[in-house]
Amino acid sequence: MEPILTLRNVGFKYGEIEALKGIDLQVSPGEILGILGPNGSGKSTLLKILDGILRPQEGDILIKGIPLGGLKRTHVAREIAMVSQENYFRFSFSALEVVLMGRFPHLKRLQFEGKKDMEVALEALRATHTLELAGRSIHELSGGERQRVYIARALAQEPKIILLDEPTSFLDIAHQVQILELIVRLNRELGLTVLMVLHDLNLASEYCTRMILLHNGSIAKKGRPEEVITYQNIEEVYKTVVVVKENPLSGKPCVFLVTEDEMKKAGKGSAL
Amino acid sequence: MNPTIKNPLTYSRVLFFSLTMCAVLLLVAAFSLLLGTAEISPSQIMGLFSRNLPVDDSARLIIFQIRLPRIILAGFVGFSLSLGGVVFQAILRNPLADPFILGVSSGSAFGAVLGIVFGLSFSLGIPVMSFVGALLTIYLLMTIGARKMGMESSTILLTGVVINAFFGAIIMFFISIATDSTLHSMLYWLYGDLSQSRYSQLVFVAPILIVASIFLYSFSRHLNIMTAGDETALQLGVEVETIKRICLLLVSLIIGLVVAFSGLIGFVGLMVPHLARMAFGSDHRLLFPMASLGGASFLIAADTLARTIISPNELPVGVITAFLGAPFFICLLRRKGSQWSRS
Repeated sequence: MEPILTLRNVGFKYGEIEALKGIDLQVSPGEILGILGPNGSGKSTLLKILDGILRPQEGDILIKGIPLGGLKRTHVAREIAMVSQENYFRFSFSALEVVLMGRFPHLKRLQFEGKKDMEVALEALRATHTLELAGRSIHELSGGERQRVYIARALAQEPKIILLDEPTSFLDIAHQVQILELIVRLNRELGLTVLMVLHDLNLASEYCTRMILLHNGSIAKKGRPEEVITYQNIEEVYKTVVVVKENPLSGKPCVFLVTEDEMKKAGKGSAL
Repeated sequence: MNPTIKNPLTYSRVLFFSLTMCAVLLLVAAFSLLLGTAEISPSQIMGLFSRNLPVDDSARLIIFQIRLPRIILAGFVGFSLSLGGVVFQAILRNPLADPFILGVSSGSAFGAVLGIVFGLSFSLGIPVMSFVGALLTIYLLMTIGARKMGMESSTILLTGVVINAFFGAIIMFFISIATDSTLHSMLYWLYGDLSQSRYSQLVFVAPILIVASIFLYSFSRHLNIMTAGDETALQLGVEVETIKRICLLLVSLIIGLVVAFSGLIGFVGLMVPHLARMAFGSDHRLLFPMASLGGASFLIAADTLARTIISPNELPVGVITAFLGAPFFICLLRRKGSQWSRS
């Protein structure tokens, strides 16, 4: 299948500091790609480059074969939607108003949202189970509700690709699962291509079809979860001792921490 | 489709509220026309328009040459200051931003004073200088206040305070070396004075104000999204930097103009947009007409108060707006301060 996103030898510097180098990646339509890596490994930078918010100094990014740099912002916004962590409305808007903002790239300068835009927005609210929040101010919503409204806004853009920057941070385990189940459902029902930065390796393992592991601005490993999440890879990139076992239900790799005490015990054991 | 959830904003809704606000504005203006040191009855005013009733010339003079141009100028100034407040608040993502607090007004005043010193004309040279002063201030705000710290932070307001103090000092310097005859008018102008209104000025200001407002209005949806931050706006397809530049340029233009003709009138751009946002929501497609027309009505009312409260003497209208605005500012700061310091 022809890739929907292609990165060729992409490199990015913040001034003198190299954040990403030599990134080669092809994303097929319908994938759920996890972007993993330690803090400062370039995950969020990669996401911003993919959305054209940061322009890489090196390499090319192609959406369906077209260079990203040459596209207008509204064009990009019709192809790619982003759910980032930096969302704070200074003034009060209702959840519905926020979701309707997702229609921006589809409207002309002085055009108001019409019947079709309302239908798309309500469908997005329905898909994210936020219809009952439509009239509430975005400021009154809880973290999980707000995150779902931002996902609804991204859906209202009617994108082909959705980028998510740690969609589950600050959420409890129930909401984490809820959000990721939602993303999987959207991926299956709408055929959305999903790229998401995740901190939690186990969540990534369960929900991603493929993943890349970033290390110091380069891709250290890429492949299916069982290829990437191995104790050797995790120890090499995160410099932390872990045990990886199979999840008895899904068969996906699952990461267990090893405490200092356990390591001492294990150390003694091996010495004996 | 769920029938209970309606489109939050349609053309007809904007039109309905705008026309209602226009009616309020006309009502306030008509009321203001009646009030003043000289007593002129409603029937005399009707007579001016119907031509059948006898009217004495002094009434005609007072209505057409003194009160009417002053009311129109007050309307223009209130309209512009509120419009400027809305734009600054959206772009800086700071509800406490307003042309006066940010120092843009005093920057314009500095330009205008410089124009007076150079002996430029009030019809073109001084307004241009005033515009340049406003632009200069915005440039300073954006480079000093916003570049490193991010625009949401209170740094930008502090930068505004500093700019205000600096230009204020320069203006005071020129006032202190001014001759006695110009001193009184300069001081009056500094506190906001609408009594020098001339039709020639109004004809000059009106088209610029109309064109600038239409342009700004066409960026309403862009500004809505920009209140969620530059990055979010970019993600949704807004060309943030271009929009910001155009909006700030247009705002400097209209603020520069009205400051040249009316002096420093504070807090209008703070109070009116805030009240409009409370009543009509944050969507700029409705907020722009409500705040600007509301600002016009508010300043006409304030100026009416200024010229009648100690009749036969007058107060500069800036005294009235500051008297109302300063406590308002403090209330906002106290009530929402913790929320707004979040960035």
